[in-house]
Amino acid sequence: MKLSVWTYEGPPHVGALRVATAMTGLHYVLHAPQGDTYADLLFTMIERRDHRPPVTYTTFQARDLGSDTANLFKTACEAAFDRFQPQAMIVGASCTAELIQDDPGGMAQTMGMPIPVIPLELPSYQRKENFGADETLFQLVRRLAEPMQRTDRITANLIGPTALGFRHRDDITEVTALLEEMGIAVNVCAPYGASPKDLTRLGAAHFNVLMYPETGEAACRWMERELKQPFTKTVPIGVGATRDFVAEVAKITGLDARLDETRLRLPWYSASVDSTYLTGKRVFIFGDGTHVAAAARIARDEMGFEVVGLGCYNREMARKIRALANEFGVPALISDDHLDVEAAIAEAAPELILGTQMERHIGKRLGIPCAVISAPVHVQDFPARYSPQMGLEGANVIFDTWVHPLVMGLEEHLLTMFREDFEFHDDAGPSHQGGAHARREATDTPAQDAPDEAGNVIWMDAAERELKKIPFFVRGKAKRNTEAFANERGLDEISVDTLYEAKAHYAR
Amino acid sequence: MTRHSPPPPTMGCSDAPVLKERGQHEVFCGLTGIIWLHRKMQDAFFLVVGSRTCAHLLQSAAGVMIFAEPRFGTAILEESDLAGLADAQDELEREVDRLLARRTDIRQLFLVGSCPSEVIKLDLSRAAERLSARHGPKVRVLNYSGSGIETTFTEGEDACLAAMVPALPATDQRQLMMVGALPDVAEDQALDLLGRIGIDNITVLPARHADARVGVGPNTSFALTQPFLGGTHSALERRGARHIPAPFPLGEEGTTAWLRAVARDFGIDQARVDAVIDAPRARARKAVAKAADSLAGKTVFFFPDSQMEIPLARFLTRECGMEAVEVGTPYIHKALVAPDLELLAEGPVISEGQDVEKQLDRCRTARPDLTVCGLGLANPLESEGMTTKWAIELVFTPVHFYEQAGDLAGLFSRPLHRRDRLKLEAAE
Repeated sequence: MKLSVWTYEGPPHVGALRVATAMTGLHYVLHAPQGDTYADLLFTMIERRDHRPPVTYTTFQARDLGSDTANLFKTACEAAFDRFQPQAMIVGASCTAELIQDDPGGMAQTMGMPIPVIPLELPSYQRKENFGADETLFQLVRRLAEPMQRTDRITANLIGPTALGFRHRDDITEVTALLEEMGIAVNVCAPYGASPKDLTRLGAAHFNVLMYPETGEAACRWMERELKQPFTKTVPIGVGATRDFVAEVAKITGLDARLDETRLRLPWYSASVDSTYLTGKRVFIFGDGTHVAAAARIARDEMGFEVVGLGCYNREMARKIRALANEFGVPALISDDHLDVEAAIAEAAPELILGTQMERHIGKRLGIPCAVISAPVHVQDFPARYSPQMGLEGANVIFDTWVHPLVMGLEEHLLTMFREDFEFHDDAGPSHQGGAHARREATDTPAQDAPDEAGNVIWMDAAERELKKIPFFVRGKAKRNTEAFANERGLDEISVDTLYEAKAHYAR
Repeated sequence: MTRHSPPPPTMGCSDAPVLKERGQHEVFCGLTGIIWLHRKMQDAFFLVVGSRTCAHLLQSAAGVMIFAEPRFGTAILEESDLAGLADAQDELEREVDRLLARRTDIRQLFLVGSCPSEVIKLDLSRAAERLSARHGPKVRVLNYSGSGIETTFTEGEDACLAAMVPALPATDQRQLMMVGALPDVAEDQALDLLGRIGIDNITVLPARHADARVGVGPNTSFALTQPFLGGTHSALERRGARHIPAPFPLGEEGTTAWLRAVARDFGIDQARVDAVIDAPRARARKAVAKAADSLAGKTVFFFPDSQMEIPLARFLTRECGMEAVEVGTPYIHKALVAPDLELLAEGPVISEGQDVEKQLDRCRTARPDLTVCGLGLANPLESEGMTTKWAIELVFTPVHFYEQAGDLAGLFSRPLHRRDRLKLEAAE
C-alpha cells in the first residue's frame, strides 16, 4: 500500500476513456462499479465537451456480486450496440471488475457482435493512465489497420493526440499546417477525431508523425513493423525542435525542408534587450517526459535560462529523462509522489517552475512563479483561444506563457534599485498580478522571516539586515548556503563577513 | 398554513407508484462524502483503502481543495497487497503509523472501505480495532464503507455517521440530537433558533471536534437535517433514541415545519415558537419571492444524485411555484421522506434508481425548463438546448433553514436568468 493524496495519473481505464472520447463511432463498454462514472466529468467539465463520453458503465452493485455481474456485462454490451450503433467497440474492466474476474473480453467475443469488438487488458494495480491510452490505441490499430496501397500524394498520419490532452486540439492544427507547407497532407489523425473506419485507412500514409510518445508510441512501432511506415522521433515543441522536425520529415520523404518563419517571434523577443534579465534564471522543470524534454531545450537554448532540476512522473519515460538530466548536469527526478517533487523544488530553490497543475500549487506554497507545461491540467488550461505548444505559433505561445509569471525586466530593475521604497519592495510581487501586490507597512514590523536557528547557527542582527537586502528570489538559497557554510566551519554565529565569505565560496 | 404555502394536497405523493429502475447509474460513490465531512470534523482524517481510481475520484471531486493540506488520502492497493491477504493488515498498520506520526493533530481516523477493498474482503473493522488499541485513547479509529457497490454519493455520510453511533457514550439525559453535517453557518442558525424556542440541551452529530461530549440514550430525541441518513436513523433507534419525523428544513415552509415538529416533541407551545420564528420566516419568504418570480410556472426534472431531490421538489413546487415533471432519487427511505412526499402535489413521476439512457430519453421528451443533474450530464444537456442546474452544489452550499432559503431558490433561478441574458445565437 502507498499513501497518496494527489496522483499525476489516473488509472489505466481513464487512458482508454481518453482514446474512446477522442474518437467517433467507437463505443467503450466498461465493466465497473457504480461511481466510476465520475470520470465522465473530466471530459464534460475540464475539457468542456458538449457530449457525453461514448462509454457504457455496467455499474454493478454489491447485490449483483456473484453470478449476476457477467450477465450485467452482456446486457450492457447489447444495449450499447443497439442504442449507439458504433462501428467498433472496446471492452474492458476497471480496477474492481479486474478483481471479480468476469473476463469482459472473452464474454464479448462469444456474443457474436456484427462489428469488431476489441478486448483491453489494462492492469489497474500496476499501470496508469498514459499506459492505458497507449495500449488502447495500439490494440485498436493492431486490430483495424492493414497494409494497403500508399496514397499518390505524400501523406502522414498524426498519432497520439487524445481527449484530455494538454493542448492536443491546437497542436493538431499547427502540425497539420507545418506539413501542409512542405506539401504533405494528413491521411488520418488518431485517435483525436478518427473513427474506427478511419483507422482501417492508416496504412495508406507514407509515414507517421508521433506527436506524443506517451500515448502513441506502441501504435507507431507496430505500424513501423507491420505497415512499413517510418515515424518521426522529434516532437516539434520549441523553435529548434520544430526546425529539426521539418528536417527529419524532409529526410523521410525526400521533400525540401520548407518552414515559413514569418510568423515566428520567439527568437527576436528572446534577443530583445528586455529579455536580458532572463539570462541564467534558474528553472525547475517537471511534467510528462515529452513536455519536460522539450521544455528543457527551450529553456536553455532559446530563453537563456539555467535548468536547475528536471524530472517526470511517468516511468515509461524514465530512461530518456535520466539521459537528458545527465546532459544538463542536474539530478533526474523520476517520481509520482508530489511530496518528493516539492522537496526537490525547495532544495533547488528555482526562480521559475515549469510543471503541471500540481507544481503550480507547490509554487504558490513556496512563493515561486510557475507556468504550466504538461498534463495533468485543470479547466483553465483548456483555453478557448488558439494556444498550441507545437510549431512556430507554439513557440510564440510558450514565450508569453513562461515570461508572464516572471517580473518584467524594467519592473525587476526598479525593484532592485528601489528596494527600500514603499512601492518597489521585495514583497511587492509583479504589478500585473494585482492581488499579490502588497504595500509595505509604514512602520518596520519585526522580521517575520527571521532566519531560524536550525543547525544551531545564530544570525547576528547586522547579517540578518544584510540578508534582507539580497533580492527575494535568491534569498532562500543565500540563506541556506550561508548556514551550510557556517556549519561546515563550525561557526556558531553568522556575521556580515560570514555572509560574504559564503557568497564568495559558492560563487562560480 | 400560511397564504404563501398552498394547502397540502389530499394525498400528496405518499402513495404514488414509484418507478424503480436499474441500469447504468450516473452517480458518485459514497467516498465523495469525505470531501465535506472532513471540513466538518476538524480533527478527523479519512483514509480510503482502495485503488488509484479512488484516489483519482477524490482528486477530481475535491478540485482545488486537495492542495490545502487536506485531512484525507488513499492507501492505494498494489499488486503485492492483492497477492496475499495476510500482510494487508500489516501494510495498513504501517501506513497508519506513518500518517499519525506526521499528523499529530488527528484524533479520529476513519478507515474508509472502497469497492476493491470490499471485493477482496479486507477486514477493515478488525484493522480499526487493532489500530484503536495501538493508538488509543488519543486516536480513535473507526471504519465504514464508501464503496460504489454499496453507497451512492451522500450515503457515504450516512455510513460514516452510522459507524460513529455505536461508539457514542450512553446518557439518560433528555436531549435533542441534530443529525447531519451542515455548513457551520446553517448549523449555528439552527442552534440559535432551537435555543430561543427553549430547547437547551442540544448535541450535534457529527460534532466539530472529537472531544465534544455527544451521548445517546432512551431520552434522546433526534431530528434529521438531511434525508439520506437512513442507516444513522436505524443505528440511533437501536440505541433507544426516538426519531422526530418532519419535512426537511429547506425553504421557509420546511424549516417552519421542522422546528414545530421538534418543539412539539419537547412540549413547547406553538405561541412561543411563533414568537421566535415570525421575523426570520418573513425574511425567508421575502427572499424566496425574489427568485421565485422567474421560477413560477416553470417545469423541473430531477436526475438522481443525493436523495435531497424529494424535499427540494417540495420546496420548488410549493414555495417557488414550479411544476415537477420527474423526481429521480437514488434511494427512497419511506420513513424519512414521508412528510415531504405528503406535501408534494400529485403529478410528477417519482423514480428510484436509474437507467441513465432511458431517463435521458424521458427528459428529452419532457423538455423541462430546468434539469437538475450531475456534472457528467450538465454540459451535454446544455448543448442540446436545455437549461441545467448541477446538483452537487446543493450539497456543498449552505441551503438549510430560513436565512439560506433565498439563496436556495437563487441556485435554481440563476441558470434560467443566464439563459435569458446570453444573446449568442448567430443573427439570421
